[in-house]
Amino acid sequence: MSEIRRRDPRREWIARNRLHRDHVSVLAVLGQGNTPSEWLGPNGVMRRNPHAVGFIGPNGLKRIDRSGGQQGGPATVATGTAASDSRQAVTIEAPAFLVAVVPDMSGGRLSSHDRDLLGLARQLADADPARPGAVLAVLFGSHKEEALGEAGVDRLLHLGDDAYEGYAPEARLAVLAAVERDLAPRHWLLPDSPLGGADLGRRLAARLGERPATGVWQLEADAEARGKNGSGWRCTARGAANTRDFLRPLPRVALALAECAEPVSETRHAAEPVTLAQPLPVLLSRIADLGPVAVDPAGVALAEAGFILSAGNGVTDWEGFHHAAKLLGATQGASRVAVDDGHMPRHRQVGATGTWVTARVYVAVGISGAIQHLQGIQSCDKVVAINRDPGCDMIKRADLAVIGDAALVLQALVTLVEQEREEKRHAA
Amino acid sequence: MRPDPQKSPSLAITVLVSVGCHPLTGRGRRADQDARGVELARALPLAEVRLLHAGVLDAGSDAALRGYLGMGFDALTLIEQPESSDVVPALAEVLADHPPTLVIAGTRAERGEASGLLPYLLAERLGWPLVAAVAEVEGVEGGVATLLQALPRGQRRRLQVRLPAILTVDSAAPAPRQSAFGPARRGQLAVHEVGEAVPDAELVEWVEQPARKRPKRLKIVKAASARDRFKAAAAKAEGGSGQVLDGVTPEQGAEAILKLLKEEGVLRR
Repeated sequence: MSEIRRRDPRREWIARNRLHRDHVSVLAVLGQGNTPSEWLGPNGVMRRNPHAVGFIGPNGLKRIDRSGGQQGGPATVATGTAASDSRQAVTIEAPAFLVAVVPDMSGGRLSSHDRDLLGLARQLADADPARPGAVLAVLFGSHKEEALGEAGVDRLLHLGDDAYEGYAPEARLAVLAAVERDLAPRHWLLPDSPLGGADLGRRLAARLGERPATGVWQLEADAEARGKNGSGWRCTARGAANTRDFLRPLPRVALALAECAEPVSETRHAAEPVTLAQPLPVLLSRIADLGPVAVDPAGVALAEAGFILSAGNGVTDWEGFHHAAKLLGATQGASRVAVDDGHMPRHRQVGATGTWVTARVYVAVGISGAIQHLQGIQSCDKVVAINRDPGCDMIKRADLAVIGDAALVLQALVTLVEQEREEKRHAA
Repeated sequence: MRPDPQKSPSLAITVLVSVGCHPLTGRGRRADQDARGVELARALPLAEVRLLHAGVLDAGSDAALRGYLGMGFDALTLIEQPESSDVVPALAEVLADHPPTLVIAGTRAERGEASGLLPYLLAERLGWPLVAAVAEVEGVEGGVATLLQALPRGQRRRLQVRLPAILTVDSAAPAPRQSAFGPARRGQLAVHEVGEAVPDAELVEWVEQPARKRPKRLKIVKAASARDRFKAAAAKAEGGSGQVLDGVTPEQGAEAILKLLKEEGVLRR
């Protein structure tokens, strides 16, 4: 095909002539909408029709949106596809090397720490565009994470066996040793988080006979380190109770702190499942996990509680609230109003002036959501709101909101839980 | 104070202690987690506790180690090692010579590299199981110890481990008793001779510097248009993603909440 643009004067004339019988079909051929707002004129000058710009808004008024994200017009479709395709799909067929990552998957999902670590792994894997490496994620137990590829995982080794659930460091270590034998990754990255990667990573390093870098929070390419031990990277590791930094070449096994790198956001990866070549040997564990122990939720500090039932101005039945918290096994929290009114002690206050909480599930009962309170629950994963006012800020923040009387909903919840426990007791 | 070994089968425990560092003054002190480990060992009935330290002996570390003696001990076994040497071979040698039933150590040191790797290397070398972040030892019976492990968010998990084993102590373990001045002065630092010290060659090559403040992560707004950037800057509460149940009976609402609580796994069985 010739690169020269050919003009069809007749078709352009029909496109300009709105009264022509072929006007609509010609517009379709030219790829313009039924009311084009701008087109190339006969002399090569852009012509605009200001009346065709914009769309009719919900109030019957004409709205002009110059951001490009116009609603109601043909432009909507174009921007929609552009948004979904903006992340580039990456498939690495024959990786030059592997970077193994063992995320914690606390609660069955990638934590933010895990995502940072995958970002760090991508830095290591994509350093040389000519010879890209692949990121291998090793997951234990069941998980409910669907967007593993979007977090930067190229290869996925998932061991969903029950043997890896709970505290099973010996079984997990056997898997990692098998991965080392079969796939021989160039780097091992684990999160330096208590009881997750911190424990497993140190076991792995001791087993492999490698001296790991612990508390890594920065990584930079370094030609000097490349010459010496071949890793080509220098890392900064925190030590001595967070008072000293150690600059050292990156070893094969590294335990990284949270926010060590930016999480992956611009690419989508394949997350192809892989399997181990040989079946794993059955080994007798010397550590037996007898399961979690019931902890008095009132004794758990508010800042580190995983499940908080929080009360605000909308709570009238305080006896019922305390009973519900006890039955659900939730730590009690309160908004400032509830504390000021003397219903709850001061150390139970959640928010900017109280405690910044990090709960996995935060149930706000009768709290409308002052900005100071919403700041305090910023890092909560799931927020449930029970409130009478459907327009309050807490409802906007909540993942699940129930509009209704707090006392009645709590009462119903208590009844449901009691019923279920009763049924279980009869079944057993 | 100690039970008579002839009368009852006692439990030999070795606690590995280190020289700590006060977070504000930087002076030597008994390390917090190690002191908790000593307290854990003392709390066990029929325990015969022995303190073991490997490192330099100077004025600063002498005062810190006497802090442990003040918790009710006559002596502390000391393996003298020069500065920046690998203490793992020396400790493994001593532990292999007189194997105790239980070795207790802190999770991480308060000085030096503080990688927290020492218990793992010892466990690998001795072939013993290791349990991390122990908060409480509930009992030792028939060669099996029942432990409570500290989980994040104040939770606990019960474990059983076959002895001999190595335990590392979490900061959630019971607070150590106060160190008494008199016993601390009277106690002996018994120097134990081992083979030659192994220098730590790698540590010397690293650049050590005071901890830099970590950069605060900025919120990166990836917006294609001015409208999106303005929206991101002016956003008050992100909404729209949540599910709102309006006009439902309390029972239906409670069911939806219960479903979410079960999905998240926060509800106790």
